[in-house]
Parts: sequence; structure tokens; C-alpha cells
Amino acid sequence: MIFTKNASGRLVPTEINGQKQIPFKGVNKYKPKGNKIGTPIRSCIDFPSNGNKLVNNLTEALKKAGLKNGMTISTHHHLRNGDALTNFLFDTIKKMGVKNIRWFPSASFPVHSHLIKYLKDGTIHHIEGSMNGPLGRFASEGKMKGVGVLRSHGGRYSAVQDGEVHIDIAVIASPTADSFGNANGVTGKSACGLLGFALADSEYADRVIVVTDNLVPFPCVPWQIQGNNIDFVVKVDSLGDSSKIVSGTTQVTKSPDRLLIAEYVAKFIDEAGIMKNGFSLQAGAGGTNLAFLLYLKERMEKKNVKARFMRGGSTKYLVEILKEGLTDYILDGQTFDLEGVRSMRDNPNHLNTSPFTSYNFHGKGNFASMVDVTVLGATEVDVNFNANVVSHSDGYLLHGIGGWQNCLYAKCTILAIPSFRDRIPVIIDEVTTLCGPGELIDVIITERGIAINPKRQDLIKKVKKSNLPLKAITQLKEEVYQICGGAPTEPKIDKNKIIAIIKWVDGTVIDSVFKIKK
Amino acid sequence: MAPIKIRSDCKFNIEIKKAGGLNITVNSKVSAMYGGSIVKQIKEMCKFFEIKNAHILLEDYGALPFVIAARFEYAVKKLNPEVQKEYLLPTIKENISNTKINRLRRSRLYLPGNQPKYFINAGLHKPDGIILDLEDSVAPLEKDAAKLLVRNALRSVNFYGSERMVRINQLPTGIEDLKFIIPHSVQVILIPKCEFAEQVKEIEDEVNRLKKSFGVKNNIFLMPIIESALGVINAYKIALASKLNCALTIGLEDYTADIGTQRTEEGKESLFARSMIVNAAKAAGIQAIDTVYSDVSNMKGLRESVLEAKALGFEGKGCIHPRQINTVHEAFAPTDEEIEKAKKIVEAFNEAEKKGLGVVSLGSKMIDPPVVKRAMRVLELVKIIE
Repeated sequence: MIFTKNASGRLVPTEINGQKQIPFKGVNKYKPKGNKIGTPIRSCIDFPSNGNKLVNNLTEALKKAGLKNGMTISTHHHLRNGDALTNFLFDTIKKMGVKNIRWFPSASFPVHSHLIKYLKDGTIHHIEGSMNGPLGRFASEGKMKGVGVLRSHGGRYSAVQDGEVHIDIAVIASPTADSFGNANGVTGKSACGLLGFALADSEYADRVIVVTDNLVPFPCVPWQIQGNNIDFVVKVDSLGDSSKIVSGTTQVTKSPDRLLIAEYVAKFIDEAGIMKNGFSLQAGAGGTNLAFLLYLKERMEKKNVKARFMRGGSTKYLVEILKEGLTDYILDGQTFDLEGVRSMRDNPNHLNTSPFTSYNFHGKGNFASMVDVTVLGATEVDVNFNANVVSHSDGYLLHGIGGWQNCLYAKCTILAIPSFRDRIPVIIDEVTTLCGPGELIDVIITERGIAINPKRQDLIKKVKKSNLPLKAITQLKEEVYQICGGAPTEPKIDKNKIIAIIKWVDGTVIDSVFKIKK
Repeated sequence: MAPIKIRSDCKFNIEIKKAGGLNITVNSKVSAMYGGSIVKQIKEMCKFFEIKNAHILLEDYGALPFVIAARFEYAVKKLNPEVQKEYLLPTIKENISNTKINRLRRSRLYLPGNQPKYFINAGLHKPDGIILDLEDSVAPLEKDAAKLLVRNALRSVNFYGSERMVRINQLPTGIEDLKFIIPHSVQVILIPKCEFAEQVKEIEDEVNRLKKSFGVKNNIFLMPIIESALGVINAYKIALASKLNCALTIGLEDYTADIGTQRTEEGKESLFARSMIVNAAKAAGIQAIDTVYSDVSNMKGLRESVLEAKALGFEGKGCIHPRQINTVHEAFAPTDEEIEKAKKIVEAFNEAEKKGLGVVSLGSKMIDPPVVKRAMRVLELVKIIE
């Protein structure tokens, strides 16, 4: 394997899994050229004129879709850790004796550790998508046959659009669908909110299979997935464990330290003048993120400030803000709890979005960059504000990128993180894996202080008179090192064995992940 | 052994051998980052305690170096109670600081003395004082481990300007706790279940003896906790017992049990005792500090409880959760009305002084000296808070 140094000084391969790779050139330095891909021309006369595309079972659908060795199969992750369909899909593929599949999920969850046996026996060749928990551990130990590829949600959409990833068969778990293939995620016992992550798959895959456990007579409304893109519909008893698809309730953190971070975040957004009438923000569903939203809400109420829109990861807390009129709209990318699902179904101002509307590098603009402030997490941040979200300081790949990279384009990007976890420093000299370049990361908020990127003198000026605990990022790092007992040693890795690459939003390779030496 | 499998803590198993050198096994979640440094620390400690041949097993869940040191020393002393040596890490410069007898003590946060995960970030929440507790929050079997941990924390943990307090055990055993804290930058000692002035004297004598013998120059103050009917009756004598006393406080769980009743939200049953504490403390010229509010989730109740304490004459409140601190500080802060009034009084006082008048008056009202003093205290408080 040939490696080259990219613009961030990281060693990246020029080719993996037989595909040529372009090294990262710098933020906004690379623009792919050419045309987007087309899909095969179909004729409506090849499909039942009565609109009924139901087939008996998944095996039959896969057979009709022409499943073969070496194909690329995609799934979405809206069912999260309650997803039983993906596991059933690969059980089926295994039974059909098909091998060397490239699995292209929009994300994976611990429930998918069921698939490790298929990675071992060659049913799955490699994963292109997030590798969370056990799958990440498996890959990090060098046991996956191919090299993993991690992309952001937007990067995944772009890779499909520009043909880097050709999906042979998309399998779309659909909480409600009709026999024509129209589908949504807001109703049915497996309701998950929306199906935005399956959008590219439905539009660009050669063959698309909708699988539902709630088949309704035509028309299934609303139809976020359009039946006109669907080849086959399969009815199953259950898509998964609904209690793990959405949580009944989402909980705000109880940790006093996380609450302190959340308080600082809300205060920063206020003091920096971002919180003003008509502003917008993006909030996730981590415990700290929910808490900052509550503190911000208090401040908005006190100052009588109203937002135009909030992007989420929606939860009951975001829904309350909408209900109380503190924001005009929720633009929702994925729904985390029952209240979120209910609100999306019943409140016309709670709108579904997709990687196409929000994150796609090949789009003519993105919602994510229009947001005034986004609050995100990270596993590590270094003194140059570079951040890591996929691996831990021990070198193990344990998380996906999600929409994180795409969100960095917001007008103000805040990472709300503890300065260390147990004895693991989070603010360090150099990130283990580079996922986000420091030039896009504006503010680091920890329980020990707030570091603003020196590139953002405007922000520094706005808050320097406040009583927020502002510190240089190097000072934060020194404090953490003093507490933890010096600088951490780097993980022992095998530089000859690459296990995954990290893509930047434009499709270039920003970093590599290597095998852990035991 | 120390508590098992909890975050930020660790557990040692040491077997002394006749030969074969040191055989060190570290099972740690931070092996990749700090495995080398942990082994180095263990070797240094072995050298210090003259352990040459041993099997040492460490189960570590992200313990910081001061915790590892305390747990190792505990294991060594458990194996051989004869060992007197103390393995001390350097005192960080932030903990070489002095305190004042009349400093602000609005909030004091209790931390269980054997649970290191709470120590490291406690000061970030800015309580006026942090209490490392050796008494009721530590199980009897963990007392010895806790003393070493608290000693190490006093030297190594940055409490970010909070006053460093330790609640020792009830006398007589509490006297033994002092040698673990006096030489190690403690600032206030809380004396639980105090009933007689003599108990305070006994502690004072031991504090002075240890200070002299270890060459400790910084101030160390005492805060007796009254927790019984007898203590309440003797409150004034207790408050006067030592010039090291900086405050008198009260513990209501034990007190209400002692008088044969139960603690209520309203608190009628303790009104007498609390008023006695305030009165005794003020008569002795020290601070009066109220008990804790134990319902962590009830912020409204906490606020009301602090306002009531303030109205009774208390200047501080105990906290059992960091989230209580802000509410306590807010409730103790002078109101705008109080500040306005205080400003007028102090202005009138200054005016009277300038004119050489013996009597201060505001409008048609005469102002007595204690009122002026209180007004000055209010303005001082505003300054400190800002």
C-alpha cells in the first residue's frame, strides 16, 4: 500500500479496496468535477400497473433484485439500536450463500455486533459507514477483510451522487409503507420519526426494497420515500425493538460537571450575541446537549428572544421549545424520543430533513452552513483545535462521524466536552485521528474553561468582558496533563496495517486508522 | 480493600515474596495512555516502602496518581501495620494558601472521603468551602483508606480557591485523624457531635501540638457541629472554647433524633436549636452556619430554606450536591432593596463622621452602630460576590 502525506500532514493511502483515493487538500480546496451518476433507465410497464409490488419475502426480493457476490448493499440507521432488519437481512444473504458483500449503512449500532460472524466468514467483505462499539473493536484489531471507509452523513450522500459508491441494492426499513413502496417513519409500531438517511439510497440504488411491519393500503401518507423509486415491497412481522428505536424519554445529564459545561454553553451563546431574535441553532441529543438547550431556553424566555429555526436530533425538550413558541420551526434530521416522533407527525412546523437538504457537498448549498451556532461533542481536541470523533486515545475506532463534519460549517461551531474523562485527557497535543480541521472549530467549552480559536477574534472581542472562564487552549491542556500525570503516551499501532480511512466532506481522505498492536 | 470497580478508583493486591523481584501486573482502562507511568509510579512506591520481592496486581478504573498512591500505601500498611512511613506526593502550589477567620462561608460542599471521583472537579462549582468527610459518609471498614486518600487529596487536588475543610470522626477516635490532615494544608476542621467545650479544647491542643511538630505556619480553624440537645445547651461555651473557632454549625438529623422527633420540611422542631446556635455564635463573635438541605432535586425548597436561614441570622448552608451551590449563593446574596438601604446608611455614617457628629441619622431616624456595621457587611458582601 502506498501512503502519502495529505495537507494536514497525515499519512493516507492512495488506494484502498481497489479504489483510487484523493488525499485531503485543505478545507474548501478540492472540488470534484464531472457529472453526477445516473441510474438505469426503467419502464413503468415493467412494474405492476395496479401498483402492487409486494413479494413474498426478503429472499425473493433479493433474488429478484439480482443479488450476487461482491455487491454493495445499503441500509439506514433510523431504527438505531432497535434495528433487527439489518441482522435479518444478512442472515438471509448468508443462507443464500452470497459472499463478499460491501455493507454500506448510514451508521451502525452495537446491535449489529450480530454481523461480526459474517465479517469473519466472508459474507461481508467490509463496512463503509460508521463502525460503533463492537464492530469498531473488531476492525481495530485488524480482523476485517477489507478496509473500512468512514464518511459523514453528507459525505455519504455525495459519494452516492458522484458515483464513488454504487449501491446495487438498497434495503429500506420502513415503519409504514404501502404496496407501491411509498413509506414514512412517523407512524406504525416501529415509528422512528423520519427516513432521511435512506433518501439517497432510494434515488440512486439499482434496486430498492422497502421492508415494512406496517403495510397500509395505498396511499401511505406522508411519503418521505417515494414509491416511484421502489422495486419491491416486503412485509415482515417486526422491524425491531421499538423501545430501542426511540427511547420513551430522553434524559438530561445529572452529572454536575456536564451541567456546568451546558451552563457555560448557554451563557456563551447569549454573551456572544448569537442568541437574538431570528437566530438558529443545531442541537444534538447527548446529555450535555439537552441540558444546554434547557439553560438556553431560560435565557431566551428571560430576554424574550425567539429563534427562527432549530435543527436537531429532536427530543421532547426541543419539542417543548417549539410548542412554547420559542422557535418557529424544528428542522429535524433524526428523532430520538416518542415526543419527537409525535411532534413530527402532528405539528406542521416540525419538518423532516435529510442529508440532501442539510449536508450534501454536491448540493447547491446546505442548511448546516446557514445555522448561527452548532453545539457538538468530540472524543479528543488538540491544541490546534483539530478534533476527533471516531477513535479513542487508545487508538480504537469506536464511533461514526455522523453529521458532525458537515455541521462544522455553521457560523459558530462549539465543541462542548469534558477536559478529561477519568484519567483520559480530551484536550491533548495532537488528535489520534483527525476528523475535523481546527480552522472550522471555533470554541471549546469544558468544565475547566472556554478556549476560543484565535482565528475568531470577533468572538473573543464579544465575550472578553463577560465573566466566562476564558483560557488559552494550551493552558487547558496543561491543566489536564497536570491532573492526569503528564502527557499520555500514543497508542501502539501497526503502521503497515490500515483498517479504515476517514473521508472529509468533499470525498478526500483526511486520515487513516491503523491496527492496534496488542 | 478499597472500593471495587468504581470510576476513577483502583484496587491493589500485593503478595510479598521471598525472592524473584517485582512482578507487576496492571489491568487498566488507561493502559494505552498511562500504563508506563503507572508501572513507574508503582516501582517508585515499592522502593520507598522497601518492597523488593512481590506480586503486585492493580485493577484500575482511571485512578489519578494521588489515588493510586493512597491505595498502594493502604495495601502496604494493611499487610504490615508496623509501617509508619508516609508516601507523600508534592503539595501543589495552589494549596499553599492561607485562610481568614472571617472569610465568606455561604456554602460548604460535603464530599465522601473515600470516593475520589467526586474530588477532582468539586472546586469548579465554586463552593466557599469543600469538606472532605471522614465521618458519616465513610463506612467503618473504609476509614483507614479514606484518611490516606483525604491526606493525598489535600496535597494534590486543586480546589480552585474553595476553603479546604475536613470533617473528622467523633471523639475520641477523631483525634487520631488530625495527624493525617494538619501537616497537609487543611484549613478548617469540622468537629462532629460536639457537646462540651472541653472537646474543642482537646482538639485545639492537638492541632497546636501537630502544627508545632510539623512546622505548620498557616491558619487552621475549627467549626464545631452541634448535633444534640446537650450540645445546644452548651453552644455558647463551645463557641467560646477556642480562639481557633471560626463558626458554629448544626446537624439536624442527629439533633431531631436526640430530642425524640423527626425532621420536617417546615422545621419547627429545630427552631429553638437553630436560634440558639445563631445566638451563641454571635455572642462569641463567630459565624453561624446552618445545616444541609437534603432534597437534591428540590431547588425551590432549597431556596426557601436558605432564605429562612438567612432570616434567622445564619451566614452559610451545607450542600450535598454541587447543583445546590449557586442557589445557596443567590439566596444569601443581599437583595437590591437591602443594598440600597445599606448604601444610604453608610453614606449617612460617612457624612456624620465628616461633620464630626456623634449620632448618625437617616431622615428623622437615628441609626445605631450595629445597624451601620450590618450595612457595611452587606456592602462588603456585594463587593466579594462581584
